[in-house]
Amino acid sequence: MRTYLRLLWTFFRVSLLGELAYRASFWLQVAESLIDLGTALAFVGVVFSYTRALNGWSADELLTLIGVYFLIGGAINMIIMPGMNRLIEQVRQGTLDYVLTKPEDAQLLASIQQIDIWKLLDILLGLALLAGATLWRGSVPGPLQLLAFALTLLAGTVIIYSFVLFLATLSFWYVRMENILVIFESMYEAGRWPVNIYPGWLRAILTFVVPVAFAVTVPAEALTARLTWLVLAGTLLLAALALLASRLFWRFAIRYYSGASS
Amino acid sequence: MRYLIAVYRQQLKTAIAEQLQYRAALVIWLIEVALGPAVSISVWSTVARNEGGEVNGYNPSGFAAYFIATMLVNYATQTWVFWEFSRRVREGEFSPLLLRPLHPIHADIAQHLAYKILMLPVIGLVTLLLWLAFHAGFTPSPASLATFLPALLLAFALRFTLEWTLALLAFWLTQVNVINQLYVVVVLFLSGQLLPLSFLPAPLQAATAWLPFQWMVAFPAQLLSTGLSAQSVVAGFLAQLLWLLIGLGLLSFTWRRGLKRYTAVGG
Repeated sequence: MRTYLRLLWTFFRVSLLGELAYRASFWLQVAESLIDLGTALAFVGVVFSYTRALNGWSADELLTLIGVYFLIGGAINMIIMPGMNRLIEQVRQGTLDYVLTKPEDAQLLASIQQIDIWKLLDILLGLALLAGATLWRGSVPGPLQLLAFALTLLAGTVIIYSFVLFLATLSFWYVRMENILVIFESMYEAGRWPVNIYPGWLRAILTFVVPVAFAVTVPAEALTARLTWLVLAGTLLLAALALLASRLFWRFAIRYYSGASS
Repeated sequence: MRYLIAVYRQQLKTAIAEQLQYRAALVIWLIEVALGPAVSISVWSTVARNEGGEVNGYNPSGFAAYFIATMLVNYATQTWVFWEFSRRVREGEFSPLLLRPLHPIHADIAQHLAYKILMLPVIGLVTLLLWLAFHAGFTPSPASLATFLPALLLAFALRFTLEWTLALLAFWLTQVNVINQLYVVVVLFLSGQLLPLSFLPAPLQAATAWLPFQWMVAFPAQLLSTGLSAQSVVAGFLAQLLWLLIGLGLLSFTWRRGLKRYTAVGG
């Protein structure tokens, strides 16, 4: 575990140094993230000028949800997506061979090999939103709620990671998988709203086909005290199963891999 | 004129052949296009149901019709010249285009038309699916339906002219992404894509009256989803024509200034 964290830190430092060469792009990235956030808030503002609660979610609770959306989205786009996109590229070009010959676990290396540090901004914005929503509500969540939040946040990230890893692993057989990741990104945008506002078929897709519901709605439910024990247990179980399944699939795929360069 | 038609035919053929290489991209595009309206319809239908079935004169099936109509209009009018232009200028791709004996805008128009023709089956399928899934209720009168197509054509001409002009900013600025993103957000709110214009706060509604954006999306979309009175139809057409003239003036002015300014980067 210590080695893994050290590796992550090393990759992080390398990309930080790489990006620090372009200081002007810092402000551009800040502007982009702020415009994103402003758009989301303005839309929510208009919606709540016509209603007091959206299927039981009040304005401050929805703000919490958007906070989680930015937090998880930032984490996905900072580490998971860049790494997976690069993995697909490596499979196509045959450079995955070099990753496989390294002495660390290949799945881990592939997962953290590329970090887009600017997405840290989204994570910070998400945290700020969560703090703001809590202040607005005026009641701090209890320790049990915070624990449930942390657990579901972790489980949600694990589920998304396993899902994206599964898709990226398919590139061992099908070469053009980067397009599939684009679909995932646009589906993730639907997570800006609690999944219970969607009609049944769309809710089912967002829960079981593209697991956006577990990543955003469930942690937000934990923080706003509407999570049942059953959902909590189910989410944790699903996360464990998803991680195991994607790991097994990765191992299977690696055995299948013959290297395009040789 | 005959010469121009021949040019367009060739450009269309090339662009369609180019696009046909990416058939998988069509499916992805289908999901992306369908998702935006599906989310908007869900959100506003929920608001309507929470408020007793109706807000501002829209019930869930009214919202469905409105957002499906905006999706169609947006598909027909949207352009991607921004992203093209900044790349063209940065990478020096502009120089060969300028050497051709014809204004480069024609190639761009042809390319956009080709893409839209090619996507027609996809957008038709998305429309049908959304219509059935959300029980959309379209209620236009035959007269307003008849004016939809000309309004749509003018909307495309207007939007293309304005966005092509704005894209010319790439001659002066090398980093235009933030400007583009801001423009996209402004259009999202003020053109009626994100919500019907009558839902905007009063000051923003006042602003839309003085800006060209609602004539690019909301006007044709309303003709299709609910229909408009004869008076508003006439006013809408006049506004579209007026803005189109202003746009064309701006375009030729900016184009001439930009060309003087242009020194190929990397070429």
